[in-house]
Amino acid sequence: MTGSGTAVFLSELGRALPAITEGLLVTLEATGLGAALALLVAFALGLAARSRLLPVRGAARFAVELLRGTSLYVQLFWLFFALPMLGFRLEPMACGVLAFGLNYGAYGAEVVRGSIAAVPAAQTEAAIALGMGPGLRLRRIVLPQAYALMVPPFKNLLIQLLKATPLLSLVTVADLTFRIDQLRAATGGTAAAYLLLLLLYFCVAALLGAGMNALERRAQARLGVVGGDA
Amino acid sequence: MWDMDAARAALPVVLSGFGVTLLATVLGFAVAVAAGLGIALLGRSRSRWIALPVGALASFVRSTPVMVQLFAAWVLVPGLDALALGVLVLGLHYATYLSEVYRAGIDAVPKGQWEACTALSLPRRRVWRAVVLPQAVRKVLPSLGNYAISMFKETPFLSVIAVDEMVHEANAFGSTHFAYLESFTLAAAVFLIASWPTSLLVRRLEARLAH
Amino acid sequence: MPIETVPGPEKVRFDRVTKRFGDQTVLDGLDLAVAPGERVTLIGPSGSGKTTILRLLMTLERVTDGVVHVDGEPFSHMPSGPGGKLVPADERYLAPRRRRVGMVFQQFNLFPHLSVLANVTEAPRHVLGLDADEAAARARDLLGLVGLADKEDAHPTRLSGGQQQRVAIARALAMRPELLLLDEVTSALDPELVAEVLDVLRDVAAGTDITMLCVTHEMAFARDVSDRLLMFDRGRVLESGPPGKLLDAPEHERTREFLRSIR
Repeated sequence: MTGSGTAVFLSELGRALPAITEGLLVTLEATGLGAALALLVAFALGLAARSRLLPVRGAARFAVELLRGTSLYVQLFWLFFALPMLGFRLEPMACGVLAFGLNYGAYGAEVVRGSIAAVPAAQTEAAIALGMGPGLRLRRIVLPQAYALMVPPFKNLLIQLLKATPLLSLVTVADLTFRIDQLRAATGGTAAAYLLLLLLYFCVAALLGAGMNALERRAQARLGVVGGDA
Repeated sequence: MWDMDAARAALPVVLSGFGVTLLATVLGFAVAVAAGLGIALLGRSRSRWIALPVGALASFVRSTPVMVQLFAAWVLVPGLDALALGVLVLGLHYATYLSEVYRAGIDAVPKGQWEACTALSLPRRRVWRAVVLPQAVRKVLPSLGNYAISMFKETPFLSVIAVDEMVHEANAFGSTHFAYLESFTLAAAVFLIASWPTSLLVRRLEARLAH
Repeated sequence: MPIETVPGPEKVRFDRVTKRFGDQTVLDGLDLAVAPGERVTLIGPSGSGKTTILRLLMTLERVTDGVVHVDGEPFSHMPSGPGGKLVPADERYLAPRRRRVGMVFQQFNLFPHLSVLANVTEAPRHVLGLDADEAAARARDLLGLVGLADKEDAHPTRLSGGQQQRVAIARALAMRPELLLLDEVTSALDPELVAEVLDVLRDVAAGTDITMLCVTHEMAFARDVSDRLLMFDRGRVLESGPPGKLLDAPEHERTREFLRSIR
């Protein structure tokens, strides 16, 4: 970029700042809502996958494989383009949140299931020996310990989800990628615009990662694990 | 509503894109496997001037969206064929994941193995090739399989730089024939049919290597 | 092996109980009765089925065949339908009955996400429905009894093995069990920590009328607290009797062999 090009880019950037901030908020909103839905789906499917009833277990298993196996990209496009042909039209943002929540929720379900299975059986036995029923055991003994195992993989999934949000710009949502692409088109400052965009995502990812690391340290401190991964 | 004729017309189009999808997955994963090993080894370099920047760059690539990386490469590296560019970007993105897998696999080789090599005065190159990597590979194989499946499902991103893979074809068919329901449902079905058995295979492999 | 007769109503009765894991038979048609307040110690080589008896009583395992009774009613099974046919007990049937049984484990199994006090108050609060103050008062009494009054805020993993096991004893007693199962409670401890745990259990035995079933290799402890010893071998009771008789004048060569092997 030439010197005057840089000047043009910077002045345009100044003018576009409110729009970029708005795009950033949309990206954060999609990440937050998608993650919340994913968490819900993860626990629902993860717990159902441990059910003693074969039909419940089978249905959960099938849902997880279906949602993981069909590609997030296709799911989003399906919700945005194909679903209206069945008579249901969702807001573009709702399509995104739904697709992120279902897809990452299915991955999260495996995390929930695996983490619960990783809590030593002796803990459940100790709870049985104290007369605790299945619901109480799960809620008060197993889940609090499984939680510490869930945080690190959930951190990865959260950052993956954030990295998937630029898909929103393909279905007309004015997210961060969409806004910066507008800036790029207006200035021709392609390299600078994309570098800025990548840096913004990197910062958001770093912040989310730091937050999850703090959760992980707290969870490990509660379990008395010394020198948890910092 | 579902139109059987449209579906019948869409199927060959979608399947023709599937060939490109597979090709992109295979080539992209080859790039990832090789570059990932390079990143892992450079990241372990004893020189900070190599290890630190390589680690930082890998972490930057890993935590930013591959879609934006594709856009950026598309406009910044002109003249390269879209498929070749897509394969490189997707491959390098996954290389940053695989470098972590390799790192964990190498770290999982017991310290005693290194010490035994020192005791035998094996040259460093030999230690890596004959002792450490063969043991690490066993440990990382299932993870590699899972990442290959994951990459397969992310190849639709290449359609943003106009690679005519399956979802690109499905999209095109959907818009010209107004048959999105049929074309995208078929594309989803193909992904499912291809990835489910593969993931079962990887799980079997995982169970077998666990002993 | 004739069915042993015990005067009065029985606290525990095993009725032709068989337990198999795969094709391995751990208990083979076992008959066993324990009187209320009785202290019975099970001895014998490892793999002879002693721990399985405790785990069946705690409903951590299911019987393959036969029925376990507690307080004169079926425990491994429950009556079902008009005929009162016995079917395997479900959670709802077990919930009120299981509270009368407590267990202390070889590996302590304290809850790592809870403080020492919360380990002891957890079940009284959420199973028995005690309020927080009541449960805490009960827990503090028991922590005093096991000599850990000053550790109530500590994290379980920061305690020594002996201290952890004493917390586990307090935790089990907080449910006021009528039947206490002690499964090799000192086997995981360093030798110098064994005495503090056994001393606490001697106090519990002397100060309560809880029925106790104990699996241990500590013969001095078994002699002190037991009314009766049962020598197990390959899923069957080889011989039984008061500790003095069984330890000092065993009838079977295998018992003598076993006793020699653990000295």
